[in-house]
Amino acid sequence: MTVTSTEPSSEILQQRQTLHLCTAGSVDDGKSTFVGRLLHDTKSILADQLSAVERTSRERGLEHPDLSLLVDGLRAEREQGITIDVAYRYFSTARRTFILADTPGHVQYTRNTVTGVSTSEVVVLLSDARHGIVSQTKRHLAVAALLGIKHVVLAVNKIDLVDYSASIFETIRDEFVELARSKGITDVQVIPISALLGDNVVNPSEHTPWYDGPTVLGYLEEVEVHTQNTNSENSTGFRFPIQYVIREGSQDYRGYAGRITSGEIAVGDSVDLGQERSATVTHIDSSDGALNIAGVDESVVLRLSAENDLARGDLIAASDRPEDTTIFEATIVGLSEQSLRAKSKLKIRYGTSLLQARLVGITSVLDIDTSTEHEAQTVELNDIATVKIQLAQPLPIDLYNAQGRVGSFLLIDPSDGNTLAAGMVSDLNPS
Amino acid sequence: MRETATTLSPHLKDLENESLQILREAAGQFDKIALLFSGGKDSVVVFELARRAFAPAQVPFELLHVDTGHNFSEVIKFRDDLVERTGARLRVAKVQDWIDRGELKERPDGTRNPLQTVPLVETIEEQGYDAVLGGARRDEERARAKERIFSVRDNFGGWDPRRQRPEIWNLYNGGHLPGENIRVFPISNWTETDIWEYIGARGIELPPIYFAHEREVFERDGMYLTAGDWGGPKKGETLETKKVRYRTVGDMSCTGAVLSEASTIDDILTEISTSTLTERGATRADDRLGESSMEDRKKEGYF
Repeated sequence: MTVTSTEPSSEILQQRQTLHLCTAGSVDDGKSTFVGRLLHDTKSILADQLSAVERTSRERGLEHPDLSLLVDGLRAEREQGITIDVAYRYFSTARRTFILADTPGHVQYTRNTVTGVSTSEVVVLLSDARHGIVSQTKRHLAVAALLGIKHVVLAVNKIDLVDYSASIFETIRDEFVELARSKGITDVQVIPISALLGDNVVNPSEHTPWYDGPTVLGYLEEVEVHTQNTNSENSTGFRFPIQYVIREGSQDYRGYAGRITSGEIAVGDSVDLGQERSATVTHIDSSDGALNIAGVDESVVLRLSAENDLARGDLIAASDRPEDTTIFEATIVGLSEQSLRAKSKLKIRYGTSLLQARLVGITSVLDIDTSTEHEAQTVELNDIATVKIQLAQPLPIDLYNAQGRVGSFLLIDPSDGNTLAAGMVSDLNPS
Repeated sequence: MRETATTLSPHLKDLENESLQILREAAGQFDKIALLFSGGKDSVVVFELARRAFAPAQVPFELLHVDTGHNFSEVIKFRDDLVERTGARLRVAKVQDWIDRGELKERPDGTRNPLQTVPLVETIEEQGYDAVLGGARRDEERARAKERIFSVRDNFGGWDPRRQRPEIWNLYNGGHLPGENIRVFPISNWTETDIWEYIGARGIELPPIYFAHEREVFERDGMYLTAGDWGGPKKGETLETKKVRYRTVGDMSCTGAVLSEASTIDDILTEISTSTLTERGATRADDRLGESSMEDRKKEGYF
């Protein structure tokens, strides 16, 4: 048997118990208040945290406890009433456990949104009912679409300030659904909320009888999220970048440790090691002992039949292993204040490989407000650009998949190690 | 005290898969690594994950204990037994040595937790560690909620929240300049509940002071502290015997016990779920010093 299954096992198809989500909104949309409300109403806030919030709110002369104080982390932020950076929150209900990446709306919006979205399955955008969909909303949506997010919620906040108007809500809803569809996102839920008063965040509101959909939490508890996209016709087969080679002399043990980035593997499967080499998987070792089969996202150790000298950075793959490539096209997002120019010498981290690379050329930079592309000499912080990249050595590279597990990479400054850009492989045969 | 090991819930399995990836990434990217080990439950879990990440081989890095000298004897015994049992390599940096050399001064309140920073940063420099693993969790505290999994520290061990790299997907960038080092936090995404469920499911041994026991304690600032050479009880504070347990383990002078009947892991999970205080709020005087005390200590090189 040399067939490596690319069909996800039933285990992988199970509803995920852990949901990763990300919140984004522009300044003053009340996002911190929303996150504070979500934590407060799911009873994730304990007495010592709440009393600190109440004390500070009183000191500032506020009428209600300011729940945004629960999530504004650093002193610099509390003093200025802003959010500097992505923060992570944890809460759970009887149905699910949630890991929330809370991304700020103003400075470096694209950089932070990309960071939050990259580890999320669901994106919750906030908008102010009085202002509707603003350019920031469109940008956040564009970033979500770019990274392949399938589920988006728009929480239309401050609905109390427009007297719980159904018609204002419906106008925003229709515009947003249309916009999301145009970007290829089909699972869209628009929910009227007041984060300040708690309407439809965790508890259904009495003030929106015209709305019969779920609350935000209700949606998050029910949304169906799978680790592997089962609908995709050309789903990627087994991919396993080697992280570390485990050797134990006395037991003559040699195993390849890593985390499965795509597909699944079973004992007895044949794997393609590149350069016309192949082997059979003899053992799958894991934290739970020996396994017969393992799927995407699992950290395992593979032992192979044939003698070989694989090392960190090498790829173990199914029979659909990609060809070794030295040049490809990609969409990148500028993450650093240092601009990227054509001909720049860089390092690239792809999977577990780290090697020299060069930015051959900048094809175009996307204007996210107008969805048009224009020529540019540099890629600046927060820019989304199409570029061509050349590698110093050939690598087996895949197209980006929506989970970001394959075809994703970082561009790194070779002088100080800083991350300059995040990239998604878009074309393996660029003209 | 130990329940029978069971299989992991899907949520714990997700967390374990992520932590194993982070530990192997650290071993693959760095030359000389230390795992900060206090004998507290979080560092014990990180060590257990490391053993699982590299089995059947030995964990490819040493343990580093920054010892305040104000230790619970049960925790030191636990640490030494663990080293004996697992064959781990242990290095101890003693705050007392820095005090004896006149390089650190005892604080008026007797607390030595903030004094750990200098020995930590100097040991990193002296040993040439390019990465230090720690058991910090993002749910512990607001400054930690913004911490990266791979966190860059400057020559002085300092944390600059504005200089942190964005972490995209699960690609961890350990690049750094000579003299800088990376702090790696493999259990960033775990909560206190996750830690206890994992300890139960994997049958992990802990120091006995985590479980309810009779102890002579005295009350200070609403916390129950254990008597010791570090400066307690003072005049007016009376020793009494209470049934308590520790939710966190640190310097004796600032780690308080909570009144508890929880003698098993299941009891503890029930206790946490009904507690109205966070673990640090309930038991750590060092976090009560001010609203930003963790942020300030991190900037100086603390975990």
